[in-house]
Amino acid sequence: MISVSPVIPEIREIPAPARLSAWDLVAVGLAGLRARRGRAVLSALGVAIGIASMVAVMGISTVSGAGLQEQLARVGTNVLTVAPGHSISGDQASLPLESVARVSHIPGVVGATAIAYVKGATARRTRLIDPAITNGVGVAAVRLDVLATLKGTVKSGTFLNAATARYPVVVLGTYAADRFGIDRPGRQIYVAGRWMTVIGILDSLPLAPDIDNAALVGWPYAEAQLGFDGHPTIVYERSADDRVGAIAKVLAATADPEHPDQVQVSRPSDALTAELAARAAFNTLFVGLGAVALLVGGIGIANIMVISVLERRQEIGLRRSLGATRGQIRLQFVVEAVALSLAGGVTGTVVGVAVSLLFAFGQGWPFALPTQVVVLGVTAAVLVGIVSGLYPARRAAALTPTEALATLT
Amino acid sequence: MSVIELEHASKTYPGGVAALRDVTLTIGPGELVAVCGPSGSGKSTMLNLMGTLDRPSEGRVRLLGFDMATLSDRRLSAVRAHWIGFVFQQFFLTGHLTAEENVATRLLYLGVPGRRRIAAAREALERVGLGDRLTHRPHELSGGERQRVAIARALVARPVVLFADEPTGNLDTASGGGIVDILWKLHEEGTTVVVITHNTDLAEALPRRVDLLDGRIL
Repeated sequence: MISVSPVIPEIREIPAPARLSAWDLVAVGLAGLRARRGRAVLSALGVAIGIASMVAVMGISTVSGAGLQEQLARVGTNVLTVAPGHSISGDQASLPLESVARVSHIPGVVGATAIAYVKGATARRTRLIDPAITNGVGVAAVRLDVLATLKGTVKSGTFLNAATARYPVVVLGTYAADRFGIDRPGRQIYVAGRWMTVIGILDSLPLAPDIDNAALVGWPYAEAQLGFDGHPTIVYERSADDRVGAIAKVLAATADPEHPDQVQVSRPSDALTAELAARAAFNTLFVGLGAVALLVGGIGIANIMVISVLERRQEIGLRRSLGATRGQIRLQFVVEAVALSLAGGVTGTVVGVAVSLLFAFGQGWPFALPTQVVVLGVTAAVLVGIVSGLYPARRAAALTPTEALATLT
Repeated sequence: MSVIELEHASKTYPGGVAALRDVTLTIGPGELVAVCGPSGSGKSTMLNLMGTLDRPSEGRVRLLGFDMATLSDRRLSAVRAHWIGFVFQQFFLTGHLTAEENVATRLLYLGVPGRRRIAAAREALERVGLGDRLTHRPHELSGGERQRVAIARALVARPVVLFADEPTGNLDTASGGGIVDILWKLHEEGTTVVVITHNTDLAEALPRRVDLLDGRIL
């Protein structure tokens, strides 16, 4: 016995409760979890699953949105197409011979080009395939400036040029090449009753799915050898960005002044824009499902904390007898719930971000780290922790010291 | 000046059970007092009132001359933290904490920084003869050792008064004797100690004895 307690302490006033440092609060909260590790991991898992699914969905949406937007930015939203509709009699109409030239003279038009399906012509892998069985791939005559206007690129081989456009050679759209099982130039395919050499394969053209699905031959060759009448099927036009609306109004009348009502004008980038919007709407659904999972996880934490409070009345009573205030007990349990939820939330966020980055990698999209999504995930976890911890913490704090201690004797 | 004053203190629980009736008692500084009585006599209720764990239905409780009735729950918590040490029959040690961590927890609610808490806890454990058990966990200690950890935890904050509720109730005679020795030493050093017990032999051996029966002092 070293020191001696004061016989009469010189106390002039009632003491005030001490404030716990943030560090001590966290340490006390974590100590409660350390004592029940298995249970802590399981209840954090619920929140982890909820947060992971929300973060993954939003992350994938972010990276895929970035991918689509990149595509949109690359191909532009300033391309309009003109295609013949149906005449009053119901026949497939065609565009006048000079429609491309007329369209290219509209002020603000940067480039105009066209493709034309060659009537009755199909492309097949070999001559042995019975035309009664399959339709084959459509054959389209293309103008040489079609790639430049649509910002298309060649995947392998070369595109047509002024010389090859007069010879029996063919360039395949990306899907057409897939259907033939051809991935490099050099092979021969059977086009409109004759063998032609594949000299190139194109990358996908998001603005011109018709080209993706066609076998392309030179305009002069088609006219000379395939009985093509020279009438364009689809005219593509690229305009200055600020002129798109004005040009759209006059495009039909310019392309086919005699039958402007039989011409369809469309903006192919609208499909991409619509896809972006549709994807956003779809994501809302999945984020909703993730939110439900998160809610369930939060309820799981609340549940575990309520049980914990029941089991730990002894500890609560002891702490009250040691001088803990109600507020300090309440904070201890809230900190515990937040720590649980945060552990789940951080795990879930890491998993969710990893999934979305893997997805972006798989699709060849740019890595767009969804920062807002990360912040959102962690914030959601903290909120869930606070909300789910509040009720159990209040129950813990409501116990009087004697109640808490008496349950044990 | 008195350390504890009960002035016509009564406690009636909801349902009309009168656990304590009109008790008046003064305990002076440095006293070693036994509050003795059979179970149901109101000992624990009296301990709860004196230790500010509960409030009287009627009458007054004063610690160091201050009326506890006027204090908020927060202030009462602070009073317990600063002035009072409790030793319970069941020890109430935290299983996953070491002896020194258990003792240091007492200082948490006094706002003592972490490193000083552990240093003070070691000193307190040495005072009760457990200097070689600092990092043992409760399940590695005998019953008597556990109760000594609990005493160290009560002492470490240098309380004005120490309440021991059946401190030897869960212990064999030898360990119990060791605990009583420690209480005597604390008394000799000047600490005010109140022992609540139903063990008349233990009560008889202490300098002052207060007998309770049916909520009244005999």
